This record gives sequence, C-alpha cells and structure tokens, in this order.
Amino acid sequence: MEWEIVIGLEIHVQLSTQSKIFSGSATRFGAEPNSQASLVDLAMPGTLPVFNEGALRKAVAFGLAIDADIGKRSVFDRKNYFYPDSPKGYQITQMDHPIVGKGEVDIVLDDGSHRTIGVTRAHLEEDAGKSLHEDFEGMSGIDLNRAGTPLLEIVSEPELRNAKEAVAYLRKIHSIVTYIGISDGNMAEGSMRCDANVSVRPKGTTELGTRTEIKNVNSFRFVEKAINVEVQRHIDVIEDGGNIVQETRLYDADKNETRSMRSKEFANDYRYFPEPDLLPVEIDDAYVQAVADQLPELPDAKIARFQNDYGLSDYDATVLAASRAMADYFEAVVKICGDAKLAANWCQGELAALLNRDEVDVADSPVSAEHLGQLIQRIQDNTVSNKLAKQVFEGIAAGEGSADEVIEKRGLKQVTDTGAIEAMIDEVIAANPEQVEQYRSGKDKVFGFFVGQVMKASKGQANPGQVNQLLKDKLAG
Amino acid sequence: MSLDRNEVEIVAHLARLKVSDDQMPATLASLNSILTLVDRMQEVDTSGVEPLANPLDATARVRADEITESNQRDAYQGVAPSTTDGLYLVPKVIE
Repeated sequence: MEWEIVIGLEIHVQLSTQSKIFSGSATRFGAEPNSQASLVDLAMPGTLPVFNEGALRKAVAFGLAIDADIGKRSVFDRKNYFYPDSPKGYQITQMDHPIVGKGEVDIVLDDGSHRTIGVTRAHLEEDAGKSLHEDFEGMSGIDLNRAGTPLLEIVSEPELRNAKEAVAYLRKIHSIVTYIGISDGNMAEGSMRCDANVSVRPKGTTELGTRTEIKNVNSFRFVEKAINVEVQRHIDVIEDGGNIVQETRLYDADKNETRSMRSKEFANDYRYFPEPDLLPVEIDDAYVQAVADQLPELPDAKIARFQNDYGLSDYDATVLAASRAMADYFEAVVKICGDAKLAANWCQGELAALLNRDEVDVADSPVSAEHLGQLIQRIQDNTVSNKLAKQVFEGIAAGEGSADEVIEKRGLKQVTDTGAIEAMIDEVIAANPEQVEQYRSGKDKVFGFFVGQVMKASKGQANPGQVNQLLKDKLAG
Repeated sequence: MSLDRNEVEIVAHLARLKVSDDQMPATLASLNSILTLVDRMQEVDTSGVEPLANPLDATARVRADEITESNQRDAYQGVAPSTTDGLYLVPKVIE
C-alpha cells in the first residue's frame, strides 16, 4: 500500500530577552547553577509574576514576520503537572487566546519549488529548569536558572509531507527568528527545540492516522532522521496488522530509533485554567505598528531584492539570504568590489568552504568582507589571476594580512608586462621546435601545450589573456 | 454531573493528594454537592457571553525587560533540605 505522511512541528524558541518572562532574573546561558533563580522562579509563597514587555514585543515581531493575526487580547493559562524542575507545580502558558494566531511561511524544496506552510498559532510560555540525574547518590539535582526563560511555541499545521519538508520549514523558522533578532537560534544550547507530530494514512484518504510525538530533537539533521525512522515504524506496525498508540516518544541518535517515553498509567490531564495571577494582556494598533516599524528586512524580501538588484539566481539569492550574517557579509563585499556575481561565487565557494572546514560562523570569519572585497578588486584590475586569487584567499585566512600584503609577500602579482611575457614565449618556442612545426602544419591542438609551458615558466603569474594573444602572434611566425 | 470514587482517585492523584478510605465518602459527597451547584449554574444561558479570564476589570501592566535580581543563591538555599554544588537535591526522578 502507498502511504501518505503527515507531519506537524511544534518549535520552542527561547526569546533573547535580558530578563525572564515573569521575573527580573537574568537569562544568561551557562551561569552557575541557581545563580539566576529568584524567589519568583523558585515559586516562593507570596511572590507574583509580572509580565516582561520585551517578551511581548518579540512575540508580536514574529507574528508580523509570518503575516499572522496578532492577538490584541491574549490570556495566560496554567498547565498543571508535577515535576521538580517546575517548582510551582504548573507552567504558565497560553491556551485559548495566544499572542499570535494563524500565519504562514514559504519554504523552498530541494528541487527549487516553493510551498506555503500554515502556522496554526504561536504562544508565549515559560521554560522549565533542568534536572540532572547522575552522580547524586539516588537524588536528582535541580538547576532553576532556565526556569522562567521566555519561550515562543510555534505550532505548524499538519501540512508537512516528508522529513525534508519538515527540515526546510524548521530552517525557515530559524532564519526568521534570527533575522528579526528575537532569538539566537542556537540549537546546541537549546535556544530552539523541536517536537514532531507524525502520522501516516493510506494515500488518497483524508482521515488522519493516530499520531505520535517525538520530543526535543535538537539538530536539523536529527529532525530528519528521527522523522524518517518514526514514519517507517508506523508503516511497519500497521502493515503487520498492529495499531499505533498515541504517545510521546524519544529519539535515540546513537541507535537511530525512537522509544516510548512516558508510561500511560494516567493519560495526561493538565487541567488548564486561566492564570489568576496575571491579567489579560491587551495591545493596540499603535503598539503593533511600532513593532512593525522596527522590523528589519525579512528573508523573503531580501531574496527578492538580491534577485532584482544583483541579478542573482533564485538559488544563489536563497543561499546567501538564508542567514542575516551571510547576507550582510555578501552585501559588504559587493559594496567594495561592485560585482555581485563574483562576490556571490566567492561567498558560496571559497568562503563557505573555509567556514565549513574551520566550523566558524560567518560573523567570525578569518577573512573579513573588506578583505574579500579588496581581493576581488585585485582580480578585476588584473593584479592577480582568478587561480592565484585562491592562494591569496588562503593567505588572508592564515592571517598573513590584507589581499595586497599577501600578494606582495607571496609574490603572486600577475605578470602583465608584454616584454616579459614575450621573452618567456621566445624561450618556450626555441626549446620546442618539434611542436612549433606541428602547430604550423595545422595541428591546432598543440596550442594548449604552449600555453601550459608559458604559464609554467611564469609560475602561473602571466596574464592568461595576454599569453594567448602573444602566443598566437608569435607562432604565426 | 457527578463523580464516582474512581474519578475522585484520579483527580486526587493528579493533584498529588492522598485521600484515605475513611475520608473518601465525605470527599465524594462534598465534591458532588459542589457539582450539583455547578449543574444549576449551567442552566443559565451564556451563549454570546465571552468567558471571563479574570474577575478584575483591568488589563496587565508590563515591566521593562531589565535585570532587577541579583544572585541570592546562598540565602535561598539556606532553607532547602538538601543542596550540592549549587543544585537543589530532590528524590530521584526519571521519566
């Protein structure tokens, strides 16, 4: 039987506020355990939450970025459950009146085609603390620094049809939240976490199959693998005559399998009710407009502009605009050298390879945009050939200085002196009478041999255009 | 609507409350008496009435995104039954 896959993602994004969503504690990552846990975060009796306007503004910015309905009146609710990393015994979240309503994002698939994916909603909530289970002699250690960090939970429609689409959607959300600066998007540090709801149904049917939820998958690669392995499990179970049980599962990257996470002795029953400690949040059009006025250019707009202004292909524009840092770098290079195509090639070629090799972000690139812009200028004014420019790039990356300094130090300056090139050509012709004879008798292919010899004699530094022209003249006799 | 004993046990478990066998009949009776009142309230036609999120006729005041708390860990952990290396220790929990 042919199966259709149905995937929806719930993405938790940590908002990059200075302080927590309901207290004045710092949210810095990696601080000493419990050094950023105040009385509110510890749920001491008598304390009350006060809502952080920074979290509100960032959530509204996201809503505007995905063209969503903004909740002019949003309400916080309590989600009740007991776990020691959430000392109140409930999580403050939003149930029926989220801050962000229906919106949509555009994703680009591998074949270059576009799809629009619906976002059901995005709501504000507080993160839990961390539980550490090792080395405490039968006890668990609790660090509440993360408790109360603002989260925006972004829920997609179940419209994703395979693991690749899910990853493309996740990347798009990552791109949007980092562009608008509401999160650092650092998946390794847990600033962005993803739950995937997966089900399958016979192709052509409309009723949804029973779904399972894969919790907390924390890298783009694992999201794809976890979904693929879970989809296959669903199909295997159903084709063997079994039934999928609705449950939460955990992905084990080492074994590349998912396994059941919670015993279902009692079904989850969170008994939501409106949070009595917080009043409804109301915002007006002026507030929303003020946030809109502060929004930077968004990825889709930038991609369109790169195509229009710089004549880049859809693919090149999409790659370069995927991260704001890369887009800024590219534009800085263009500004210096004035050639968008060359700049795009270098950014996606040598620069991308270097960043990949050294595993550094473009913001920390050892070759600055100024350096690369100058290097391209030296190609344009024929100081170096395209080929030797790669050596200059390596030199800059190795810290040998600017393009001009590396060209000088490594002696890579292109030879454009006609007299010097002619002298080399004369030597090559004198040393290879046999080939000269062949060429003159009509064997044009030998020409390449001469070009190679002259370039070799010049250690690659002769201007190839001049070599070609002068050789032709000389060989013609 | 009314609850049976099994449902009361589930609700008690969710709230982490221990209801002894002795207390069960009285607890069941009290809860059902409350639900009888709720049933009467349900008879009122509320179609077209927005559910109330808060009884106060007011909206939230927000605070600026500023760090106003400093590290008071030693003071706060003074009342904790057990700590180590800055962590609060609790009976082991593993999902």
